[in-house]
Amino acid sequence: MATANSESQIAARGYTAGEIMVATAAREIADGELVFVGMRLPMLAFLVAKRTHAPRAVGLYENGLVRETPAPQLLYTMADPPNLRGATQCGQMLEVMAFLQQGRVQLGFLGAAEVDRFGNLNSTWGDRHGEMQRLPGSGGACDIACLAQRTVVLLAHERARFRERVGHITSPGNGRGNGWRATQGLPLRSGPSALITTLGVLRFGSDGEAFLASVHPGVGVEDVLANTGWTLRVADKLEETRPPSSDELAAMRALDAHHFWTK
Amino acid sequence: MTASKLMTMHDAVARHIPSGAMVLLGAQMEQMIPFAAGQEIIRQGRRELTLVGPISDILFDQMIGAGCASKVFAAWVGNVSAGIAYCLRRAVEQGIPRRVDVTDYSNFTMALALHSAALGVPFLPTYSTLGSDLLKKNGNLREFISPVNEDKLVAVRALRPDVAVLHVQRADAHGNAHIWGSLGVAVDGARAARKVIIVAEEIVAPEVIASDPNRTLVPGFLVAAVVHEPGGAHPSPVQGYYGRDHAFFAEYHEQSRKLEDFEKWLERWVVRAAGRREYLKELGAGRLDSLAVREHALSAPADFGY
Repeated sequence: MATANSESQIAARGYTAGEIMVATAAREIADGELVFVGMRLPMLAFLVAKRTHAPRAVGLYENGLVRETPAPQLLYTMADPPNLRGATQCGQMLEVMAFLQQGRVQLGFLGAAEVDRFGNLNSTWGDRHGEMQRLPGSGGACDIACLAQRTVVLLAHERARFRERVGHITSPGNGRGNGWRATQGLPLRSGPSALITTLGVLRFGSDGEAFLASVHPGVGVEDVLANTGWTLRVADKLEETRPPSSDELAAMRALDAHHFWTK
Repeated sequence: MTASKLMTMHDAVARHIPSGAMVLLGAQMEQMIPFAAGQEIIRQGRRELTLVGPISDILFDQMIGAGCASKVFAAWVGNVSAGIAYCLRRAVEQGIPRRVDVTDYSNFTMALALHSAALGVPFLPTYSTLGSDLLKKNGNLREFISPVNEDKLVAVRALRPDVAVLHVQRADAHGNAHIWGSLGVAVDGARAARKVIIVAEEIVAPEVIASDPNRTLVPGFLVAAVVHEPGGAHPSPVQGYYGRDHAFFAEYHEQSRKLEDFEKWLERWVVRAAGRREYLKELGAGRLDSLAVREHALSAPADFGY
């Protein structure tokens, strides 16, 4: 069932917050790239990219799958039967992780509970009003953050999630900035590229710190700043995120018509 | 001809999984999770287990909630389509029903730990986890300098489970097993472990296994017990046999949120269901039918002739 919330968003703007995040994430995929896809919104972003501007992109999934075509049905997990049928290869986890470590994977998608000003991610220990909450943990996120050429993170833009410094680095971003990744021994080719949120897109300066690069239509810079737990830098030429096109919306709605993931 | 290793789930757990054991479960990620085996472990009251697996979906959460585990070595413990694992949270944050110590891995370092044991070497190197708090907090990950090129690397210590439990599509009575679809760390997991328990949807003749030897991912000489348990992976899917029961995961999410509701859930699905047959009866024929394969998709045969 479409939620009342997603229906009212569509009535107001023509798309939901999840849908503009998916369209924006899809545009991060260049044609022919090898992409570590992951679940939820990135799974739909891969589908949209394949159906629009990146028909030759190849998707990798942590359970060992290689897919040249997107799955024909909505997935709840990457190992759902429709994601295996028609796959190019059903291999082992070690094999797809090896592609990542070799540097062959251009782009990896991540989610997280919290992010900080240098793009470090926490999905292990939450802090709600001073109480520590045990969260599920890394999964493959730490591996992707360490080894993919570029990482793109999708998460809800809330002050509690956008922290000056995360309490636990599950997946390293730019650490404390200024060449930190190199001092840790992380591959030079790797690192965070974009944070796509419910309000806009953040990118990273040469010093490793995030800045606001674009706001979604209808979102004010002050909304973004109020929902960010540090003094966020804003690009000199702040852009407005391009809304999802009718082709992009058609591709994602063909699978997620009821907005299970794209709330 | 070796003797048949076929036995009931009750006997396989009674003989091969003692309290205190390190047990690998959920090697194939979100498919073919050995729920029937995990629930038999709960019924037999095992304690102080070390649970090992990259992700486990809701199986580890149930075993933690039932008090079976004192340690967890995993990359992710939760409910894949719904989110948080409430029993894990109660155990880690409040010691309910008992304290559980989680050692955090990433998926890759878990795969390397098992691959290392499968190769018979004490560790394997990787660049993954450099700069992370996983590296700082997991004593089985140690930074070192490469002896050949001065790079910083992480040594991932070999993990050798006492038992690996793998749910598979088909096996013969000796444990030679065909698996297809989502493999995850199943191949290395079977080789890393001291013993393997195979739980199969179907038991087939050895000739069926030998007709397609590329699909034999576990050779029977590694296997201690073979259990014929159709439906034993529900609510997780088995490619070609049944789909994922998404609603069951959502229901578990709601019914495990509060301790008293989880205890009712456990009573209904594990304690009162004496085995998988009773569990499937409780689930109901209609629900099982709704998960049945709608459209079979057979692969092209491979010609092993000469």
